Amino acid sequence: MPTTVSMTVNGKKVSGSVEPRTLLVQFIRETLGLTGTHVGCDTSQCGTCVVHVDGKSVKSCTMLAVQAEGSDVLTIEGLAKDGKLHPMQEAFREHHGLQCGFCTPGMVMSAVDLVKNNKNPSEHEIRDWLEGNLCRCTGYHNIVKAIAAGAKAMA
Amino acid sequence: MYSFDYQKAGSVADAAKAATGEAKLVAGGMTLIPTLKLRLAQPSKLVDLGGIRDLVGIKAEGGGVTIGAMTTHAAVAKSADVKKAIPALAVLAEGIGDPAVRNRGTIGGSVANNDPAADYPAACVALGATIVTSKRKIAADDFFKGLFETALEAGEVITAVSFPAPEKANYQKFRNPASRYALVGVFVAKTKGGVRVAVTGAGEGGVFRKKSFEAALSKSFDAGALDAVKVDAKGLNSDIHASADYRAHLIKVMAKRAVQAAR
Amino acid sequence: MPEGTGIGASVRRREDGRFLTGSGTYTDDINRPGQTHAIMVRSPHAHAKIKKIDRAKTLKMPGVLAVYTGEDMKVGGLPCGWLVKNQDGSPMVEPPHPALAQDFVRHVGDIVAVVIAETKQQARDGADALGVDYGVLPAVVDTRAAVKPGAPQVWEQAKGNICYDWGLGDKAAVDAAFAKAHKVAKIDLVNNRLIPNAMEPRAAIGDFDRATGEHTLYTTSQNPHVIRLLMGAFVLSIPEAKLRVVAPDVGGGFGSKIYHYAEEAIVTWAAAQLKKPVKWTAERSESFMSDAHGRDHATHAELALDKDGKFLALKVETLANMGAYLSTFSTCVPTYLYATLLAGVYTTPAIFANVKAVFTNTVPVDAYRGAGRPEATFLLERVVDVAAREMKMDPAEIRRKNFIQPSQFPYQTPVALQYDTGNYGATLDMAMKMADYKGFAARKDASAKKGKLRGIGMACYIEACGIAPSAVVGSLGARAGLYECANVRVHPTGSVSVFTGSHAHGQGHETTFAQVVADKLGIPIEQVDIVHGDTGKIPFGMGTYGSRSIAVGGAALVKALDKIVAKGKKIAAHLMEASEKDVEFKDGKFTVAGTDKSKAFGEVALTAYVPHNYPITELEPGLEEQAFYDPLNFTYPSGCYIAEVEVDKETGSIEIARFVASDDFGKIINPMIVEGQVHGGVAQGLGQALLENCVYDKDGQLLTGSYNDYCMPRADDLPSFEVQHTDKPTPCTHNPLGVKGCGEAGAIGAPAAFMNAVCNALGVAHLDMPATSEKVWRAANAHMARAAE
Repeated sequence: MPTTVSMTVNGKKVSGSVEPRTLLVQFIRETLGLTGTHVGCDTSQCGTCVVHVDGKSVKSCTMLAVQAEGSDVLTIEGLAKDGKLHPMQEAFREHHGLQCGFCTPGMVMSAVDLVKNNKNPSEHEIRDWLEGNLCRCTGYHNIVKAIAAGAKAMA
Repeated sequence: MYSFDYQKAGSVADAAKAATGEAKLVAGGMTLIPTLKLRLAQPSKLVDLGGIRDLVGIKAEGGGVTIGAMTTHAAVAKSADVKKAIPALAVLAEGIGDPAVRNRGTIGGSVANNDPAADYPAACVALGATIVTSKRKIAADDFFKGLFETALEAGEVITAVSFPAPEKANYQKFRNPASRYALVGVFVAKTKGGVRVAVTGAGEGGVFRKKSFEAALSKSFDAGALDAVKVDAKGLNSDIHASADYRAHLIKVMAKRAVQAAR
Repeated sequence: MPEGTGIGASVRRREDGRFLTGSGTYTDDINRPGQTHAIMVRSPHAHAKIKKIDRAKTLKMPGVLAVYTGEDMKVGGLPCGWLVKNQDGSPMVEPPHPALAQDFVRHVGDIVAVVIAETKQQARDGADALGVDYGVLPAVVDTRAAVKPGAPQVWEQAKGNICYDWGLGDKAAVDAAFAKAHKVAKIDLVNNRLIPNAMEPRAAIGDFDRATGEHTLYTTSQNPHVIRLLMGAFVLSIPEAKLRVVAPDVGGGFGSKIYHYAEEAIVTWAAAQLKKPVKWTAERSESFMSDAHGRDHATHAELALDKDGKFLALKVETLANMGAYLSTFSTCVPTYLYATLLAGVYTTPAIFANVKAVFTNTVPVDAYRGAGRPEATFLLERVVDVAAREMKMDPAEIRRKNFIQPSQFPYQTPVALQYDTGNYGATLDMAMKMADYKGFAARKDASAKKGKLRGIGMACYIEACGIAPSAVVGSLGARAGLYECANVRVHPTGSVSVFTGSHAHGQGHETTFAQVVADKLGIPIEQVDIVHGDTGKIPFGMGTYGSRSIAVGGAALVKALDKIVAKGKKIAAHLMEASEKDVEFKDGKFTVAGTDKSKAFGEVALTAYVPHNYPITELEPGLEEQAFYDPLNFTYPSGCYIAEVEVDKETGSIEIARFVASDDFGKIINPMIVEGQVHGGVAQGLGQALLENCVYDKDGQLLTGSYNDYCMPRADDLPSFEVQHTDKPTPCTHNPLGVKGCGEAGAIGAPAAFMNAVCNALGVAHLDMPATSEKVWRAANAHMARAAE
């Protein structure tokens, strides 16, 4: 039975009709047309769908849209402000932390959440934090470098 | 996913009332939602516990901690009370899934699901925790009943898990390289009542106590005490990631490491 | 040349802006008006007869528009692009490959039917309700088991499941050399089957324009023109003029998005039936059972040596698993991309390889990052280590003794290839220095004090890239040319659009190709736009694979730019009233030698489009040129990788303590991007060696069908890598940029370096990949038992 769900996404109040089985990522991609959040697996492991819900990173493929009712959601599209990249996005660009770009939105959203929790993460802590974000292109080398630099820039 | 109805429960009583028939409770949903996505379950209704505030929070009580069922793994990992009373439990929570999973996944959901490779069941059993439900209090030893099976009855909702503080404890997990669940996880706790050792990930029937280890360690809480104890591979899982023999070997290695690291 | 944007500069990527802000457009991000959704109904059985498909219930379900089966879709089969011949000259067995199964299914995931509905959920509900009655047949999955007498037959026409029995080299010379060998090093190994796992699952949208009759396919492809050619000509019989294939942003390929897949043909065909766009996006679990897999060789090899450790001859017998059908490039991978590389970087005078390709009831196997060359390198570099062990020589010493020397180029190998240039000692020296090879003994002692085993291993790889000369591959059975096309359109104001047939799906062409243009035309990089991935815009192209984009596509671009400059010189000569032969072009300016006359590139461009003062009788207006480049030879990147590992012998866990890479890619356009390519390749190579393995059970069920069981490398599995380009590069001698290609090197060199380190740590001759903790624990236990003796 379709129901209406309302939340704030990237600072804007939005609402839409969904089924209970509609995933948050489907609502974001299909209803809102924000296609920067991706789907790369069906077992909640790849992390290409990571967004922030009420300030915390979550896998939007493993949350129902109805569970996000009233929440504050931030997607990759909401990270840059006034046409200026977020320091973490800038660090990924500077350090070649992306290749095909598919894992990148989830990677960046996870990285931003890491720095919220740990202002000066070590290489080990960064690698550990990325357990839920798969990348097939970069071998993680430059992602790790980018996140370390992004953390410094966010300080 | 198959189609289902959705209800956000306002209270534990609401949830208990709604969770009948083919309806299912959803806590963090970290296991349930992937299961639904693969169409491996077909509930008529999901009853969401996410709105019940009473179920969230950690209380330090009598030296131990009581953790509300809807408390996330991330919150347990960060909790100063948990770190003080049972540091091993905070470390265990920090090692569940990945950060995004820890932000949604809850202790109540994990315990109710009783995945045979999950971490919390080992902690509950080794620490002698009490599972508090809408109806009663259940000792961990009586709660976990086999693969994905628990003592929970229909309409019974976990509200909290109480952990008494051990003298020393530690959890060592050897991760499945792919899923990152425990291939073998061993929780060792030295408590006033003796040593308790619980093993997850390895057993065909889910979490189990390793009584022979407990006996040896109760005599002498030293890794060397386990040297002479044989681990039988019978009853252990064998799959593409590890044979039963290897799991048996790892149980001892992990247990020894846990004893060495216990504090 | 504008400072810092030309060839050799680490220009930051121009494509990153859209990817970092979520503005990339991948196939699943595209939605067409009136779009419908397709779900593929896939076989749950590895081998079965389809007895009956009952679609009545599905057709009555809400939103369901159509159910199509093989009975409806009677079209051509998916073609195999390369004919390989048996040793006796007869052609390989080439069974049909229908898009929708006809009567039989031959692997789990084979498509039985497609259900199309208004929403994806409705299509899924409809697919679940489809009644398919199967008569299950015996299946064979294992490569070696497939050729055993009595094995279940995948195809009636392929006796013993043999697709071909192919040979390369001089068998008599090899036998003669073995007869006088001082020692023979032997190895039996499996090159483990891998599942590519580009992070973007495959997707396809078919669209049909009723007014024009034009079909459009949006697809996750590395080579849209190849898909247009294969699907248009062989499967659906649509002329090129009425078929447009668009490969927009593509989220990684690694080979798996080269091939023409059934789903592409199904959505294109169904869209024309329904007169509505049809969209399909794979779930990851579908990707596991439908993306072409990689590797899967079982090999026995022997290396004959003289008393000084010189290699006398190599013989190799390989069984290569093709899966159930022949995917687009499958047949050339274990032959022309594998056996031709078996000389490696060594002077081995005689080589013979016999390769038998076998059918099994598994997903088709095709090229995966490196394609044949990782298998060759792994085999060779492992057997060389076995030889070093038996000869009691240092692995570096035995390699050095056998290297082809810089003075020997061009060097003709006994397995068809002619290497144009290389300096293998230089990369070995550099890698050993980077890895502090001399200090290893002390580090090993330190590990031993902690109760750990430590090992070091190296691999000296060579690859044949920049595929390939069309005439050569044509003579070897390729059914296509392997040139590349570039079109350079200079606009009136001097900005430039490049239309290239090379497709970028992570490689950064929008940056590197623009650097080549900025460098050659002396214009700001901001004025250059690189367009790719749309047959409606690009004249032609053969796409991106085999580390060929810069070496072939880049060379085509240079040829087109040369034509632009040549025409520009004519225009400039006219404007400056000088002889064309006196006009020089440098740093974006046309000048007349010995004078101060000069015309900027932009002025010449404007003149070409506003030809008021123009040599109109000799020259057409406009400034747009096109070039096709067909290489004269492959390019031969090479290098040396060294891995150092520490093994926890109690658990069998391996920590990669260090990984160094020294590569020779010839000339480099963008060092930052090249390093990134090596990082990614190395990670995939280490993934194969340490973690990844595709496993089927004996009935053909895929046991590693999700990330819960297929072990992808994660950030915490890997170290940071130390990657350096050689200080003595040997640029390619036959392409205009001197480039060799860099995309696959990491995946080619890393597995052998890593496994050599693991074997060194364990003191064993060989261990098959992946080096799982249990395998390593068992080997370490045996090692300890030996040590105790």
